[in-house]
Amino acid sequence: MSDTLVRFTGVSKSYDGATQVVADLHLDIRRGEFLTLLGPSGSGKTTTLMMLAGFEEPSAGAIEIAGRAVQKLPPHRRDIGVVFQSYALFPHMTVAGNLAFPLQVRGVGKAEISERVKAALELVRLPNFADRRPGQLSGGQQQRVALARALIFRPELVLMDEPLGALDKQLREELQGEIRQLHRRLGVTIVYVTHDQSEALTMSDRIAVFEGGRIRQLGTPAELYDAPADPFVAGFIGENNRLEGVMEEGGTVRLWDGTRVRTAAEVPAGTPVLLSLRPEHITLDASAAGNLARVRVEEVVYLGDHSRVRVAFAGGSLVAKVTRGQFSGVMGAEVGIGFATTDLRVFVRNTT
Amino acid sequence: MILLRLAAIAVLGFLIAPMVVVIAMSFSATEVLRFPPTGLSTRWYEALAADPRWLLAARNSVLVAGAVTALATVLGTLAALGLHLGRFRGKAVLAAVFAMPIVTPYIVTAASMFLAFSAIGIAGGFVGLVLAHTVIAVPFVVLTVAAALRTFDANLLRAAASLGAPPATAFRRVVVPAILPGIAAGAIFAFATSLDEFVITLFMAGPGQFTLPRQMYAAVREYLSPTILAAATLLFLASTLFLLASEALRLRAARRAR
Repeated sequence: MSDTLVRFTGVSKSYDGATQVVADLHLDIRRGEFLTLLGPSGSGKTTTLMMLAGFEEPSAGAIEIAGRAVQKLPPHRRDIGVVFQSYALFPHMTVAGNLAFPLQVRGVGKAEISERVKAALELVRLPNFADRRPGQLSGGQQQRVALARALIFRPELVLMDEPLGALDKQLREELQGEIRQLHRRLGVTIVYVTHDQSEALTMSDRIAVFEGGRIRQLGTPAELYDAPADPFVAGFIGENNRLEGVMEEGGTVRLWDGTRVRTAAEVPAGTPVLLSLRPEHITLDASAAGNLARVRVEEVVYLGDHSRVRVAFAGGSLVAKVTRGQFSGVMGAEVGIGFATTDLRVFVRNTT
Repeated sequence: MILLRLAAIAVLGFLIAPMVVVIAMSFSATEVLRFPPTGLSTRWYEALAADPRWLLAARNSVLVAGAVTALATVLGTLAALGLHLGRFRGKAVLAAVFAMPIVTPYIVTAASMFLAFSAIGIAGGFVGLVLAHTVIAVPFVVLTVAAALRTFDANLLRAAASLGAPPATAFRRVVVPAILPGIAAGAIFAFATSLDEFVITLFMAGPGQFTLPRQMYAAVREYLSPTILAAATLLFLASTLFLLASEALRLRAARRAR
C-alpha cells in the first residue's frame, strides 16, 4: 500500500480564465500526516482545500484520493470531513442531531448512532451537551462539536479551513493542542489551512507555504524555519532581519552602506543578494565567532523571559532576541554584537 | 417633526377611516346604510351565513386560494433557491422577470392571460383561474423566500455535502428548516393575494364561478345591503390576520438568525 493518500497533479484553478488562483499545483499528501497549507490571504491555500473537498472544480489537472481520480466526484461521495471557520453547525438541530446527521444519511442504525454520538461527545469533552442547540454554545464549544461531527463518520481525511480563526488567543491555543491530540489518537490525515505561521509551526508534520497560487516550499516546520528556500518563506515563517548587498569574493557581502559581512555562501561575485538573519542568532556578548561589530542600542523591549534589542547597523537596524540575564545594556549604550557566518541565509536577489 | 407626525396620523386616518365605517355599519340593526348605524345586531352576518350564494363564493375562494398557495409556494421557493445558489449570466434579468407580475397592471395581465388561456381552452374554469392567480402570487413567495435565503449561511450546504448528504437530502433537512419562516410567509401572501384578487377573476372565472370579491361586486350592483359590509369586514379581518401572521414569522426568523 502506498503511503500517499492524496495526490494533486498539475492542478490549476481560474475563475475568469485569466488569473490563476491556483497554478500548476503538484502535491502529495501522506497517509496519516498533519499537513498545513500556510500562506497569506489570496495565496490559493483555501481554494486548494475547497477543490479537495469537492466544493470547487479544478480548471485543469487531476486530484487523486487513495489512487482514485476524484475531481468529478461530488462532495457528498468523497467521505471527507470538513471543519469550517464559521463552524457551520445546523442551527435548527441539537448537538446530538448535528452529530447524528452524517450517520443518518449513511443509514446507520439508531442504537449505533446514539452510541457513537455519545462517544464522539466524550472525545471532544462535551459529554453533557447532547440536547443543547448550537446557538447556546460558546465559539470554542461549537467548534468542538463541529470537530466531532467531521470525525464521527470515520473519514480517512479531514480538512480544516482556518478552524480557530474566529476564537481568541487562549482558546485557540487550547484547541490547537486538542486537535493535535485527536490527530495522534485517531491517526486520520489532516489537511489544515491557516495564515498563522506560529499555528502552522506548532501543529504540523509538514507545511506547504503558498504564495501567488503556488507552493513556495514544502517541508517540516524545522526545515522551513532553518532552511527557508527563498526570501518569501524566510519572511513568512518566523521573524528575520533583512539586509541587502552585493556578493564579493570569498563569501563576503558588501552591504549598501559599505559594511562588509562574511557569509558561508558560494555565490559568484557581483550577484545582488538578500541576507536574512534570525533575531535569536545575534549575540550581544561579542564573543561569537564570525561577524563582529560595535553598535549602538536604539531600543530595548523587555518581554519577561527574553528581551528584544534593536541596534543600529549598516545604516538601518537589526533586532536581536536575547535570553533573560544575558544582556543588561540600556538605550544609547554601545555594545558588541556577533553572528555566525552560517546563520546568515543568502538569497540571490531578483533585480527585475 | 410635529408636522411630520401630524401628516402621518392624517394619512393613517385617511386609510383606516373607511374601513372603520364599514365595520361599524356591518353591525347595523336596520337595512338603511347609515353612519353611525342605528341599533346593533349581527343579523347581516347571519344573513351572510344563510345565503347559498355567499357560501358558494366563500367555498370557491378558499379552494382556489388553497390550490394557488400550494402551487405558488413550491414554484416560488424553487425559483428563489435557483436565483440564490445559481451562478449564471442574466440572473438579475431573470429576477426582474419573476417580479414583473407585481408591477404589471392587473388589467393587462388579466386581458393577456384571458386571450392566451382561451387559445388553449382553459379560460373560464378552475384550472385557468388557479394558474392565473398563481402567476401573480409567485412573486410574493420568491421575494419572501429570497429574503430568508439572504441570511442563510451557504457553508451549511457545504457542510451537509461533506457529511455525505446528497443535494436533495441537504435541501430537505438543512435548507428547508432554515428558511421555513420565509416559505410560510410567502404562502400566506399567496393565499391572501388569491383571496383578494378581483380583476383577473373577473376575466378568468367561469360563468358560475363566483369568488368572494366577485360575489361582493355582484351584490353591490344588485342591491346595496349591509350583508356586503359584513362580508367586507370578514375579508378585512382575514387579511389582517394574515398580515400579523407573516409579520410574526418574519420577526421570529430575524430573532433566530442572530
